[in-house]
Amino acid sequence: MSRTIRIRKGADIRLKGRASQEVAQAVRSAVYAIQPPHFHGVTPKVTAKPGDRVEAGSPLFHDKYNERVQYLSPVSGTVKEVVRGAKRRVLAIEIMADDADAFRSFNQVNPSTASREEVLAAVLEGGMFPFIEQRPFAVPADPKDTPRSIHVSGFSSAPLAPETAEVMAGRLEEFQAGIDALGKLAGPGGVHLGVRSGDSTFNGVKGCEISTFDGPHPAGNVGVQIHAIAPINRGEVVWTMHMEDVANLGRLLLTGQYKPDRIIAAAGSEHPAPQHFAVRLGAQVATVLAGFKGSPDVRVVSGDPLTGEQVDVAGYIGDQHHQVTVLPEGNKPKFLLTTGWLGLGLDKFSLSRAFPTWLLPKSKEFIMDTCNNGEERAFVVSGQYDAVFPFDIYPEQLIKSIIVNDIDAMEKLGIYEVAPEDFALCEYACTSKIQSQRIVREGLDMLQKELG
Amino acid sequence: MKALEKLLGSIRPNFEEGGKLSRFWVVYDSLETFAFTPGHSTKNGVHIRDGIDMKRTMFLVIVALIPALLFGTWNQGHQYYTAIGEAATFLDKVLLGAQKVLPLVIVSYGVGLGIEFLFAGLRKHSINEGYLVSGMLIPLVMPVDVPLWMVALAVAFAVIIAKEVFGGTGMNILNIALTARAFLFFAYPKQMSGEIWVHNAGTEPFVDGITGATALGELANTVGKDINSAEVTGILSQFSAEGAYSFMNSFLGLIPGSVGETSTLAILIGAALLLWTGVASWRVMASFLVGGLVMGGLFNLAGLNGFMTIAPWHQVVMGGFMFGMVFMSTDPVTASRTSTGKLIYGFFGGFFSIMIRVFNPAYPEGVMMAILFMNVMAPLIDHYVLAANVKRREKRAQLATVNA
Repeated sequence: MSRTIRIRKGADIRLKGRASQEVAQAVRSAVYAIQPPHFHGVTPKVTAKPGDRVEAGSPLFHDKYNERVQYLSPVSGTVKEVVRGAKRRVLAIEIMADDADAFRSFNQVNPSTASREEVLAAVLEGGMFPFIEQRPFAVPADPKDTPRSIHVSGFSSAPLAPETAEVMAGRLEEFQAGIDALGKLAGPGGVHLGVRSGDSTFNGVKGCEISTFDGPHPAGNVGVQIHAIAPINRGEVVWTMHMEDVANLGRLLLTGQYKPDRIIAAAGSEHPAPQHFAVRLGAQVATVLAGFKGSPDVRVVSGDPLTGEQVDVAGYIGDQHHQVTVLPEGNKPKFLLTTGWLGLGLDKFSLSRAFPTWLLPKSKEFIMDTCNNGEERAFVVSGQYDAVFPFDIYPEQLIKSIIVNDIDAMEKLGIYEVAPEDFALCEYACTSKIQSQRIVREGLDMLQKELG
Repeated sequence: MKALEKLLGSIRPNFEEGGKLSRFWVVYDSLETFAFTPGHSTKNGVHIRDGIDMKRTMFLVIVALIPALLFGTWNQGHQYYTAIGEAATFLDKVLLGAQKVLPLVIVSYGVGLGIEFLFAGLRKHSINEGYLVSGMLIPLVMPVDVPLWMVALAVAFAVIIAKEVFGGTGMNILNIALTARAFLFFAYPKQMSGEIWVHNAGTEPFVDGITGATALGELANTVGKDINSAEVTGILSQFSAEGAYSFMNSFLGLIPGSVGETSTLAILIGAALLLWTGVASWRVMASFLVGGLVMGGLFNLAGLNGFMTIAPWHQVVMGGFMFGMVFMSTDPVTASRTSTGKLIYGFFGGFFSIMIRVFNPAYPEGVMMAILFMNVMAPLIDHYVLAANVKRREKRAQLATVNA
């Protein structure tokens, strides 16, 4: 049973530098890293020590409060360093990779015949559980929960995001196994897959309810899809998983190997040759930059340009990221009459109509730098957030309730349904340059802490 | 441009912490950010930002005000020369108008921005752009001969009491320009009402029939009088197609009134720009107009006095209705902030504008009162819009529990 859901609110940001359909095998990274801060709220208990030999699939650390949730090494090699920041917070565990991988072997599990307990144990032991996120709070899931339903988005609508066809090429069998496994873990709501209208990649996938989504970004955000299919009510827990991680989960069960591969869309106007790269989880950013060495006038972002994280060229691709975006740095002042606020702005993309570029054909793509394009102000303009926020939630009022720490209002206004990424477009569009995603993250953290 | 950048860079140390002019940092900062959008780059969060900022938004509103300002400047001269029965060239009229209007603009910006700088300096935040628009709105809602000291006082009152005490731009409850106008209206009722709407009214002899009152002021004289009396029919005849206050004259703006409010045409040009660029809310404007027309229509049906017999489309082109609708009610800070709320807010804004001007002839400027009233009501409207949303969510949760 498939139904089509049209998302009307939102916007596609027409950035230049889309990755070509070509998928290149990236050179093997010398060092790989798993970065605990990318699993929000997890307190890592590091078990690996520098100098330890690890196989692909050997545990590196586990959740201090949930010992069953294991975080595994993506490659075989030697543990190089446990990088710590302020207050000895673990920032990364680096592994010096061998030339070829030796895999730790896990039990093969047939997800269609195994029991829920068997599947859960296999997912936990095989290191795929950390890639399941839960809502409310947008944090890694808790294995003790039985989620009402599990949702997988079959596409990303973010600017310059990887194409589903490239990501899932040749992986449908593994994806099906992953879906079957999630079917065992899910509660009465079952598993839901949201696919982009017109995309035939997932044709023939069984064991989940497929909904077709049509419309601009953030139609591919799983939160938007959950809201359209079955909104999260207070007290309910819903799990989400990225489609590529679902395939990796399927691979684990079918082959008994932890082999978390990633197709990375290396994109952006400053990327020398935008294309897709096949890498292993935790690879160095440089391996997808096609020889780009870094420059103070260029920013490398792990993730999409709306939700990603700035990284050094020598850094690592984030554990939850499927994209690396290379953008011009906007650190130069802009003179008011030429490129500043009073200029004609023929090269400025805007969701408002204050620049004449909204009259240009939709195929025109823009180079956008990282300039804030203005200073932070109080809320003045209204209605901007509503136009790009396809939830039956009032985004501005929710953000204000978070700013004033009003937990009761946050709950009433629907904070359980949202993740910071859902506010990315609001933040992009904001005339007052308010950092909505940071505020929402703080709100979710506060609420989770408050509710214990 | 490079030279300017260098100059600003070279004097910058004087204004920074420890420099001898550091107390004037806000002045420097506002000039620098005016000339150059700063090279502040995004942090983690979004890495790219929309091109729009507060400066461009506010600037577009000022551009939208220019037609009303230019027309008003000419019209003030035109009204004067018409009143004294003297022929005058286009240039004469513009010059006289400019002589009266320019000082208003200068005083409004001078006093208002001065206070803004003072508060920004005291509170150590940067100058907000909000007053750029308020500073232009205030002269446009003043009668032509208003003493400059009164304008200065009104601006000071509005900026301090209506805005800064609430925390500055974005935090105010009442529209700044209307607060300034209302302050004068209540503090100096004698100087702010009656026959003051043409330059030198009361001091120079005018030709017969011209008093220096506005169309609404004339209409107010019909209230409480027999609708068939000679006086009332005489007044109403001025609103017929041949009269001085005909629909066409009112629409074009060839009538006495506040500096910028008279010409519906000029205001609609501004409105077109605001809607075209999406700066102002079409919901507020459209529902405001509908509200005014509905109330005017209801009065037509009742027809209890002369004022009520004026056609609704004629009502909305007189007085400050159009100016209030386009530039005042759409102020996003003081209007409702939800889409549903905007429709309600606008509708009742227009509705009460016409109601107040007819029901209470002492307040011919019903628009001002209506918008200020709706400013106060806007948070309440939003509260109920949100409450409906919350209720919907709770209902959904209950349903889910029942089904489970």
